Amino acid sequence: MGLLDRITPRRSDAETSVDLPVSVGDPVFATKALRKFLTCLTSRESPVLLDLGPVVGSNVGFFGEQLGCKIFVEDLFSDLDRHNRKGALETLPEFLNTRFPQADGAFDGILCWDLIDYLDRGAAQALAGQLTRVLRPEGALLGFFGSAPPRDTRYTKYIIVDEVNLKHRSYAAARGRQAILLNRDIIKLFAGLRVSDSFLLQNNLREILFRKPA
Amino acid sequence: MWKRDEAVRPAPGQPMAAPLGSTPMTAGAPGSRAETSHNVEKDIVNIGKSVVIKGELNGSEDLTIEGHVEGTIQLRDHVLTIGPNGKIKAQVFAKAVIVLGEVTGNVTASDKVDIRDNGSVDGDIVSPRVAIAEGAHFRGSVDMQRKAAAQPPKAEVKPVAAQPVASQPPVPAPTPPAGPRIGA
Repeated sequence: MGLLDRITPRRSDAETSVDLPVSVGDPVFATKALRKFLTCLTSRESPVLLDLGPVVGSNVGFFGEQLGCKIFVEDLFSDLDRHNRKGALETLPEFLNTRFPQADGAFDGILCWDLIDYLDRGAAQALAGQLTRVLRPEGALLGFFGSAPPRDTRYTKYIIVDEVNLKHRSYAAARGRQAILLNRDIIKLFAGLRVSDSFLLQNNLREILFRKPA
Repeated sequence: MWKRDEAVRPAPGQPMAAPLGSTPMTAGAPGSRAETSHNVEKDIVNIGKSVVIKGELNGSEDLTIEGHVEGTIQLRDHVLTIGPNGKIKAQVFAKAVIVLGEVTGNVTASDKVDIRDNGSVDGDIVSPRVAIAEGAHFRGSVDMQRKAAAQPPKAEVKPVAAQPVASQPPVPAPTPPAGPRIGA
């Protein structure tokens, strides 16, 4: 079954899973890496996906109903906010090291979004190590990285419109983006993975698709 | 499983009376008056917001929970609604589950799980259809495979152990495993 076959809704009744009203005002950006990520993901039957962002109903419908994924939603942005509010950011690396109880190689794909941008170096390193551990060999990880100086203190919720378009919806954050990572820093961070594809979008967002070597 | 209270049956043509809220119940009494209101036409039972139930809750009617339930809930072919005041710490099996309150535990539905705005689920969802509204909280996994529509395990009907709120403190609110309640 090809990718396009999979993303054709399996049900004719449109009232099913997608309850999230995609706001008309949300900016839409073309994504180049998502299609490749989906191709990696759907190369397996019943793929297991880890989403590190806040839950988005339409994304759950997209992956669950249309692609047949099992989705784990682990909103690390809320964890980051909680640590920030408690003034316990120094404990975040330790927290992240024990955050994922799943076995090694448990996930076929990971949606990291732009989470790394909001973490300190130690926390980013801890998270990258854990994500590398729980990703199965040949699995894919999609990460977004800013390339402009950090100035916003808002998180972004990424809403999948289709395999080549994403809507961005910002929401309140307790912490802004930290320093911009250079490509070589990102590659070092995910040392256990290899960069499969990298794109610089018109909105200055870098999309990087990592694959775990077999 | 619920005894019908003829006294609250609305007159023909009249709308159903509002839920009565709390009704003290005798602990462990089979057929306790856990229902606080009853819609005769649609067979919807309402558990009021001061009612605390611990144990297995089985039924063959649609059920709305505004109180606290801890244990297991099985409504094989019916709709379970967790109202805005409902706090559930239980494994849930039903045809459809609508969440406006808080659920901690795994939810299995043969038809649909619907987490409405401000609804919260900490647990794994197995259902062929899942709707999560903007503003809802969810942490866990979602499995929408066709095999998800499996029937819940058949369990023997057991009386629930219901306690009058006045004599026993209510069940503490379910605490998410990690992270505060957040809006999606």
